[in-house]
Amino acid sequence: MKLTGAEILIESLIEQGVTDVFGYPGGQVINIYDALYKYQDKINHVLTAHEQGASHAADGYSRATGKVGVCIATSGPGATNLVTGIATAMLDSIPMVAITGNVPCSLIGKDSFQEIDITGVTLPITKHNYFVHKIEDLADIVEEAFSIAKSGRPGPVLIDIPKDVQVETYEHTPHALAPKIPLPKVAETGIEQAVALIKEAKRPYIYIGGGAAGLGMGKEIIAFAEKIDAGVGCSFMGLSAVQSDARFLGMQGMHGHYASSMAQNEADLILAVGVRFSDRATGNVKKFARNSKIIQLDPDFAEVNKNVRVDLGLVGDVADSFSRIAEKCEKAVHPEWATRISELKAQEEENEKAIALQSEGVLTPKKIIEAVNATKPAGTVITTDVGQHQMWTAQYAKFDRPRRFVSSGGLGTMGFGLGAAMGAYVATKDPTVLITGDGSFGMNLNELATAVTYNLPIVIVLMNNGVLGMVRQWQTLFFGKRYSNTVLQRKTDFVALAKAFGANGVKVNTEEELFAALHTAWKANGPTVIDVTVEKDEFVLPMLPPGGAIDDMITKVK
Amino acid sequence: MMKQGSFVIAVYVDNKSGVLTRVTSMFTRRGFNIDALTVGETESPEYSRITICMSGDGYAKEQMINQLRKQVNVKKVEVLEDTAIRRELMLIKIRNEGASRSDIMTVVDVFRAKVIDYTNGEMCIEVTGEPSKIDAFVEIMKPYGILEMCRTGIVALERGSGTLLAKV
Repeated sequence: MKLTGAEILIESLIEQGVTDVFGYPGGQVINIYDALYKYQDKINHVLTAHEQGASHAADGYSRATGKVGVCIATSGPGATNLVTGIATAMLDSIPMVAITGNVPCSLIGKDSFQEIDITGVTLPITKHNYFVHKIEDLADIVEEAFSIAKSGRPGPVLIDIPKDVQVETYEHTPHALAPKIPLPKVAETGIEQAVALIKEAKRPYIYIGGGAAGLGMGKEIIAFAEKIDAGVGCSFMGLSAVQSDARFLGMQGMHGHYASSMAQNEADLILAVGVRFSDRATGNVKKFARNSKIIQLDPDFAEVNKNVRVDLGLVGDVADSFSRIAEKCEKAVHPEWATRISELKAQEEENEKAIALQSEGVLTPKKIIEAVNATKPAGTVITTDVGQHQMWTAQYAKFDRPRRFVSSGGLGTMGFGLGAAMGAYVATKDPTVLITGDGSFGMNLNELATAVTYNLPIVIVLMNNGVLGMVRQWQTLFFGKRYSNTVLQRKTDFVALAKAFGANGVKVNTEEELFAALHTAWKANGPTVIDVTVEKDEFVLPMLPPGGAIDDMITKVK
Repeated sequence: MMKQGSFVIAVYVDNKSGVLTRVTSMFTRRGFNIDALTVGETESPEYSRITICMSGDGYAKEQMINQLRKQVNVKKVEVLEDTAIRRELMLIKIRNEGASRSDIMTVVDVFRAKVIDYTNGEMCIEVTGEPSKIDAFVEIMKPYGILEMCRTGIVALERGSGTLLAKV
């Protein structure tokens, strides 16, 4: 049967298993929206308040499930509004397909109304992108785009479809679900080399990253750590890969747990699983893990030896490599190392107590996150924006399953959270909380309208300190307390604002009020904004100064 | 021009619009400095061959190769052996004045270059060969007055019976 290009697109999305898309209509996608109207019983379209929200929603949808998230925008400003969301997905290796309309081919290159070379704009922030010149190629391109987005190291793919291609008709041949191209298995010699290195180690540390986060390897990782008597830590992106356990030291790096960062620094062997050694994780690479051999398991060969030189890089199926290594390794005990890790954990507790003493009787960030932990139903997706609240969440939140932590790591996108939370909820229908700050929330709070319209019961915990806390923290520490443009001095009443959008809003000042508000919010029909006052000079600690090494770690504020 | 520590990378890419931009924009994005780049048709109509001349240490070379291989439209990346045949073509316009005419003609002869255009004031010469030979020709021509010149950048093939696409 002959279909229009727009219909072929939607047929192709359905063939790729897409059930939900996020987007915003416009002049050059009217035909696509017309097709969405026709196929509305097969594909659910969520209309966001802004294209950026749609891109973050598609991203959150993907992070929470592993499925490819899809967003749609019109040409020109619609397309450029997706850019931040696409870049966010790129930096965190999130599979996404972004679809944009463009002016008809006859108007391309003429600076036509709302014409932008979006494939040019997104070249450096997509895994790949397409401009569809001919309707004959459309269905093949959609299939290929999904395959690229989810195979190997995942990432975003953009498809730009000019108006005339959407309008023309062509005989559509159904396409199969694009295969996720399997990663190669690492050769046995590589596994044996890894086993030999682990056997020699006296102070092993297993380092989990985003490449392992969605694989559901948590139990296996802990079992292997038990077997070889290793410490376990993770990068920011690795959070929620391993559910909390006595062995798990938490996140390492710039704002990582003291014991985790120190153990990594003192280890004589690091088994890195799906990490890319970001500068936020390593600090000064010249001083990173100086005493350690490093084995790196990764799906992307270009990550091996990119940021940190490793002793053994095993490129291929990470889960397979890990299981084979785990099986081949003999049981080992390292009592001295275990003792040392216990000492580090004890020191970490001391550090925390010192911070807690300074804030007795105050609703501290830690207490806020702990209240979320205590009240959240099983399977809750925890999303964040970017800044201090994000790091506190990374430090203190408890995740009971993989893919329950949705946060912008690599790009650090303020304004990511609300859209991402909507996407995560639409994908999972699991309880979803957004922990945010007044700075980040202010960037894209327009999406409250979307959450209200679609009855998305997102619990929004707004840490309101009236400042851009993370930058302020840097200004306090490194810029002589010159608080340039980080004091917000806004008069926003977030409770009234929530209500104006049709959401629930509540202001809390004490722990009791917070618990009560959370209990109500978890049961609410639709989103709730819980405005929690936080002291403006709370610090995220510990902190490795940017470019600093482990010896420069700041654990308390004078 | 071949600098010290330089190497030549041959890349087979899909012969489609925009592919060259994808490859070259990656160089800028990743901070790679390249000395020369040529692109053209190959034995197979579906591929173009990009020849990149680059200088740098082992790290730079490894990163360049890895990032090239990651691109969807890149089919094959090989660092060519030092023994590979490297050729470059140059067109050069020289001031052509009475006293130096016969000297220039001698140099053209020695370098097996060709005079393409000859007027009373100028001479256009085509030179082909190893980049070092072209460099030498330029040096010799300098005193006569180089008015304009352009070089194609290197194309290179490995010797022997094998082909790059067939290499494992």
